[in-house]
Amino acid sequence: MIVRNVDVAVLGAGPAGMAAALAAARGGADTVLIERESHLGGILKQCVHDGFGLVRFGEKLSGPEYAGRFVRMVREAGLAVLTSTFVAEACRDGDESILMLVDRRGVTELHAKAVVLATGCRERSARQVMIQGTRPAGVMTAGAAQYYVNVLGYLPTTRCVILGSGDIGLIMARRLTLEGAEVLGVFEAKSIPSGLSRNIAQCLDDFGIELHLSRTVTRIFGDDRVEAVETAAVDEKMRPVAGTEERLSCDGVILSVGLIPENEVAEALDVPIDPATRGPLMDQNGQTQVLGVFVCGNASHVNDLVDYVSESGERAGAAAAAFVAGRRTRRLLPVIADSTVLLYAVPQFVDMDAPESGAVVYFRSREELGVTVVQVTAGGETVARHRYQHLRPPEMERLEIDLSRIPFDITFLNIGTESVAVAEVKS
Amino acid sequence: MRKLTCIVCPSGCSINVNQDVDPWSIVGNLCPRGIDFARKELTNPTRTVCSTARTSFATVRRLPVRTRGEVPLASVRSVMSEISRLIVDREARTGDTLIEDVVGTGVAVVATADLADLMEEEDCDGRPICSGD
Ligand SMILES: Cc1cc2nc3c(=O)[nH]c(=O)nc-3n(C[C@H](O)[C@H](O)[C@H](O)COP(=O)(O)OP(=O)(O)OC[C@H]3O[C@@H](n4cnc5c(N)ncnc54)[C@H](O)[C@@H]3O)c2cc1C
Ligand code: SF4
Repeated sequence: MIVRNVDVAVLGAGPAGMAAALAAARGGADTVLIERESHLGGILKQCVHDGFGLVRFGEKLSGPEYAGRFVRMVREAGLAVLTSTFVAEACRDGDESILMLVDRRGVTELHAKAVVLATGCRERSARQVMIQGTRPAGVMTAGAAQYYVNVLGYLPTTRCVILGSGDIGLIMARRLTLEGAEVLGVFEAKSIPSGLSRNIAQCLDDFGIELHLSRTVTRIFGDDRVEAVETAAVDEKMRPVAGTEERLSCDGVILSVGLIPENEVAEALDVPIDPATRGPLMDQNGQTQVLGVFVCGNASHVNDLVDYVSESGERAGAAAAAFVAGRRTRRLLPVIADSTVLLYAVPQFVDMDAPESGAVVYFRSREELGVTVVQVTAGGETVARHRYQHLRPPEMERLEIDLSRIPFDITFLNIGTESVAVAEVKS
Repeated sequence: MRKLTCIVCPSGCSINVNQDVDPWSIVGNLCPRGIDFARKELTNPTRTVCSTARTSFATVRRLPVRTRGEVPLASVRSVMSEISRLIVDREARTGDTLIEDVVGTGVAVVATADLADLMEEEDCDGRPICSGD
């Protein structure tokens, strides 16, 4: 077996991994970018719709265009890239991480001083949602449908329902409609949609596709192939309401019921996971509780804007290079999110020994709120605050903290809403 | 009163337009682009169409494409059918024009990925670190 050493190994070549590898190399580290697929770009390769890159490039790019810009930068920088290479196993060895890389030629044991996990997220599948009935062909995740249509050029359904109102499902409602399939409706068990308002407008309203809130798919019929579904209204406790059942004949059920950070390698490296985000606990530069192991992009928590994914990759890559160059100490302050108003806030810690990088806190609100001031406090002092026109759970918000304003004797930070300014929930 | 969702950026502002007054009263937008959007949406709504085109290359079945600019919302379906008749038979690059003027809208359809890149066999970019020995 071949044994190799490297300063920084970046796992996954989506937008997060490409940004991280570029930043680590720029920071002087001997870096390698590892990707299990044959091409760089990650999930963006199949996201042919536009809307990517408004923050970073000031343009509405399609997914492949956004990815293409980073692929070009990776080539121009002459980065070492391993494609069609899978990280089969990982473990810690002293201060280093050992990754078992498998490719066509065999197995390589890679010893890395620092690892950046940029493995993205996966979709919740049919197994994770409770639907009665059979599991015939035609039940698929929105991402799988996206791959069939956009990469393979094959229409996996002619008449379907979409279960869940996540963004990928909304995007696929439009895409399938444009390709000639009939989308009978989007069914969301919750009373508020989980996708962005703009996607409801441009993917559903434009095509007269109905969004049914507080309604779900309760049964799937069909032996080999989906033949019909039963939908029903649900109450606040998500229980189907008797007498509201309706049967719709269709040959496809597209699931868009959420994304979960992909963390198999993180777990193999003994990285503690936050139950709120399902990603590793980390500081503002993505460093996890295991020194030298960093995380970024959708592996750290599910982002809705790729621009922020790239930003997190850059921070993690630069910090990994600094770690390799000798930065070993941290002084971590926990960032405690007020869970009555916030679904979560990341990072879960700020490292006060890395003040030069500042800190960006991302958060999601638990409910839809009108004008709201969100603030970060240290002891009694406000160290960051911003007024938001509205907060909605599907929209991740961003707040910058100037770490130099945090008094030295502080042991934790709080993030929450400024109580006087909390506006009532919009109806 | 018309209620619109601005689709210009991810904030997705909810905009209320009162067309009974002159000039229209437009409220709810967080930035000026929302005003332009609302005016256009109520007079001549337009959209960018993103799709894929067939290719004549066996290993890459589809090439991502989009309209370079926005086309009238009402012509989205006919833009789609013209794209579905297209077969890309050359190694188009990102930004290359594939249809000059799609269904008379004056807008071009362009490639949004490099076909040659999609065809490329694995491992030929970068410098593989574990080859050779
Ligand atoms: C189906 C789907 C559709 C989406 N659509 C949108 C959208 O329209 N707009 C939007 O803003 N966001 C979308 N997202 C969210 C999207 O994931 C992010 O915008 C962004 O692409 C995340 O970047 P990333 O680099 O973190 O992850 P990814 O782009 O997912 O990249 C992760 C990479 O890691 C590789 N990898 C994983 N595990 C290993 C391993 N063990 N060894 C080697 N390589 C590995 C994967 O092959 C992949 O290339 C979508 C997500 C999914 C799942
Ligand atoms: S009004 Fe401005 S901020 Fe609001 S969605 Fe439109 S472009 Fe975005």
